[in-house]
Amino acid sequence: MTDYRLYLLTWLALLALLACAVAATHWLAGWLAWTTVALCALAMASLVIILFMGLRHANALLRVFGVGGVLWLGFLVVLTLADYLTR
Amino acid sequence: MPTTQPLNEAGQVAEQFNDIDQQVQSNLFGMWLFLSTELLLFGGVFAGFIVFRVIHGEAFAAAAGHLDLMLGSLNTALLLTSGLTMALAEQLVNNTRRRATLVMLLATIALGAIFIGIKGYEWYHEYEHHLMPVLGLPFEYPGEHPQQAELFFNFYFTLTGLHGFHMLVGLGLLSVIAILTWRWRDPPRIARQVQISGLYWAFVDVLWIVVFSLLYLLRS
Amino acid sequence: MSVATDPRWPREHYLSEGFRLRDWLLTTDHKRIAWLYLASITAFFFLGGTAALLIRLELITPPGDLVSADTYNQLFSLHGIVMVWFFLIPSIPATLGNFLIPMMVGARDLAFPRLNLLSWYIYTLGGLFTLAAVIGGGVDTGWTFYTPYSTMFSNSAVIAAAAGVFIVGFSSILTGLNFIVTTHKMRAPGLSWFRLPLFVWANYATSLIMVLATPVLSSVLMLIVVERLLGIGIFDPALGGDPLLFQHLFWFYSHPAVYIMILPGMGVVSEIIACFSRKPVFGYHGMVISIMSIAVFGFIVWGHHMFVAGQSIYAGIMFSFFTFLVALPSAIKTFNWTATLYKGRITFTAPMIYALSFVGLFTIGGLTGIILASIAIDVHVHDTYFVTAHFHYIMVGGMVTGYLGGLHFWWPKMTGRMYSELWSKVAALALFIGFNLTFFPQFILGYLGMPRRYHEYPVDFQVLNVMSSLGAGVLAIGYLLPLFYLFWSLRFGPAAGGNPWRAKGLEWWTDSPPTKHNFHRIPRVTESAYAYDPTAE
Repeated sequence: MTDYRLYLLTWLALLALLACAVAATHWLAGWLAWTTVALCALAMASLVIILFMGLRHANALLRVFGVGGVLWLGFLVVLTLADYLTR
Repeated sequence: MPTTQPLNEAGQVAEQFNDIDQQVQSNLFGMWLFLSTELLLFGGVFAGFIVFRVIHGEAFAAAAGHLDLMLGSLNTALLLTSGLTMALAEQLVNNTRRRATLVMLLATIALGAIFIGIKGYEWYHEYEHHLMPVLGLPFEYPGEHPQQAELFFNFYFTLTGLHGFHMLVGLGLLSVIAILTWRWRDPPRIARQVQISGLYWAFVDVLWIVVFSLLYLLRS
Repeated sequence: MSVATDPRWPREHYLSEGFRLRDWLLTTDHKRIAWLYLASITAFFFLGGTAALLIRLELITPPGDLVSADTYNQLFSLHGIVMVWFFLIPSIPATLGNFLIPMMVGARDLAFPRLNLLSWYIYTLGGLFTLAAVIGGGVDTGWTFYTPYSTMFSNSAVIAAAAGVFIVGFSSILTGLNFIVTTHKMRAPGLSWFRLPLFVWANYATSLIMVLATPVLSSVLMLIVVERLLGIGIFDPALGGDPLLFQHLFWFYSHPAVYIMILPGMGVVSEIIACFSRKPVFGYHGMVISIMSIAVFGFIVWGHHMFVAGQSIYAGIMFSFFTFLVALPSAIKTFNWTATLYKGRITFTAPMIYALSFVGLFTIGGLTGIILASIAIDVHVHDTYFVTAHFHYIMVGGMVTGYLGGLHFWWPKMTGRMYSELWSKVAALALFIGFNLTFFPQFILGYLGMPRRYHEYPVDFQVLNVMSSLGAGVLAIGYLLPLFYLFWSLRFGPAAGGNPWRAKGLEWWTDSPPTKHNFHRIPRVTESAYAYDPTAE
């Protein structure tokens, strides 16, 4: 099956992203480093979820609930921060 | 015996379902929902960490510098690899390849066990350097803002501890699945179990990516 | 006529499948698991009720003479913890929901029957931890476990109590998960989303909240236990931690939990009012949208518990505004219930009296909620009996009334028997009168400035407090009566037949009590919910 190949490529991409994130902490500073780390983390998490966990084959229902969980975590973080940042 | 139908869509249907498709879809959906709850379980601690990362920016960045980035990255690479072996196991079992599935499951378990070992070594290392403010152990921090650094290490041990616990649960689960695969009594059912536990394992991976990025990588 | 000779009594049903202990403790039948829950939550209800009774006895006289201040703290903490997590949260979903949702969607069982049984065992384990906390010296933090008191100062059994609540949280997560999957995947042919009864919608919305909010509670309780047990202080101000963070995380769960404690009641009341007005629910789609938007908006209002706690004033304004928004769907629902009654052919059965009580009491609770959501007024009445009265109007006046109404409505379905009509009406009226007598004076007390959680008070407040305690006595009668006549009906009640109320809905299509797999053949749905004909006889 072609999926084996796809999984291997995904794995290589994940390792590359990891290297990229670690490198960013060495050579970048401040917001640039933060953004790179966040983007790499987001990309790694998405790759695992979409490919290893098969979200790409999943129906709309699973996607809605997958996104929903993240969205709810977003509510929690954003509204809590809204308090701390305006004190 | 090559078939076009994946193994997990064969076999007996549980009495509450009308057909196997309904059963497989329900199980998948249930597992995804459960994983959303896992995300929010970690999410409470994540939210707390993010708040303090914002208010005590400097102190937290400096404290992160006291973690072992080398070992942390190595562990992340190991876990990502175990994600690959687990995904391959799911593919293989659906093609009714018992031996290869078993090999991949054992590889996943081995990688996970090495992860736990390295994590334990890191903890021991921090214990030796008096950076483990647990159970009243002495906390001697060489840099500025020792109190806020202690708060950082409190988060560090909470998050890595919680994640480690999930790893242990996953390892237990995979061991059971490996034994079931070795016996190969009810292959369609095993295929479904491999799929469901694969979801769990991959998600513990995802959580580690977030934990690792928050704790180890935000050091500037 | 004895039921054995009654032609309406089914020869085989889920209760006749075996009566040994293991037939109950190892069952995966959702109907039997509902009974397991019913028994356990009733026990916890009377435990929490006893604590409430002692509180009211203490408050008959101004000085603290019946119990010491410490005991009083433990009593109201026990009352809160038990009533919230071991009664209200599981009340309707785990009993009526468990029993009815598979039948209402036309399925043989929930999607995960064994998980369902596991939920009950987890509930029981959590309950044992909580009882251990009571025996091991009690807990005195209030049901909210606020830090730093709970983590640094309290000498009571905080760990056992928090662990109990942590554990029972997983029971409600798993129940919610089961309901969501069942509603999505197990509906009978022809049963589209907008043909679902509102009871199913309400429990679906509740389940969403359970699944999305409860893990954060687990998270925060875990942090408390970790701080007390291992000395890992996340909320410790000395380290730069923040006790208010605890409140944020706690209310991220506990405010939506208020909707866990009211939405299922709204579902029950919609069923009852439609049935006994012989009319379809007015504005069905509006009801569905309201239910879902209450569930979603409920997540972004938690900061209104923290107006005077030191939260930023800007965050306060934002949370206050969102809170006002929740009033909209609640008002739509109340309006639609009254519009359903309009020109209906109303019969005042016991379930209907409960349902009408619900509408009135919920309205008062909801309107006082708007008062509390206004920051300026909240500063004045925060932590007074005004707040206590407000949330009791929602949780007791709303949810407990809805729960009892539902229990009376579906009791014939669950047991196949009818109960005493007269006594059930007496109980329903006693509840309404006793409840108002207990809690209305507390609005006045709070407005006059009597703070909650004190075991003594100035003499000026005595008259209102005595009224409140008297009301609690009447309320207790309203709760005890059903225990007697419902038990009586189990042995002596006449057979109910499949559909004693001539109600619509799939659960009434089958026998009472239903067969093991609910239906003899899976129903095919061809009409919308509440297809009552207002013009028929």
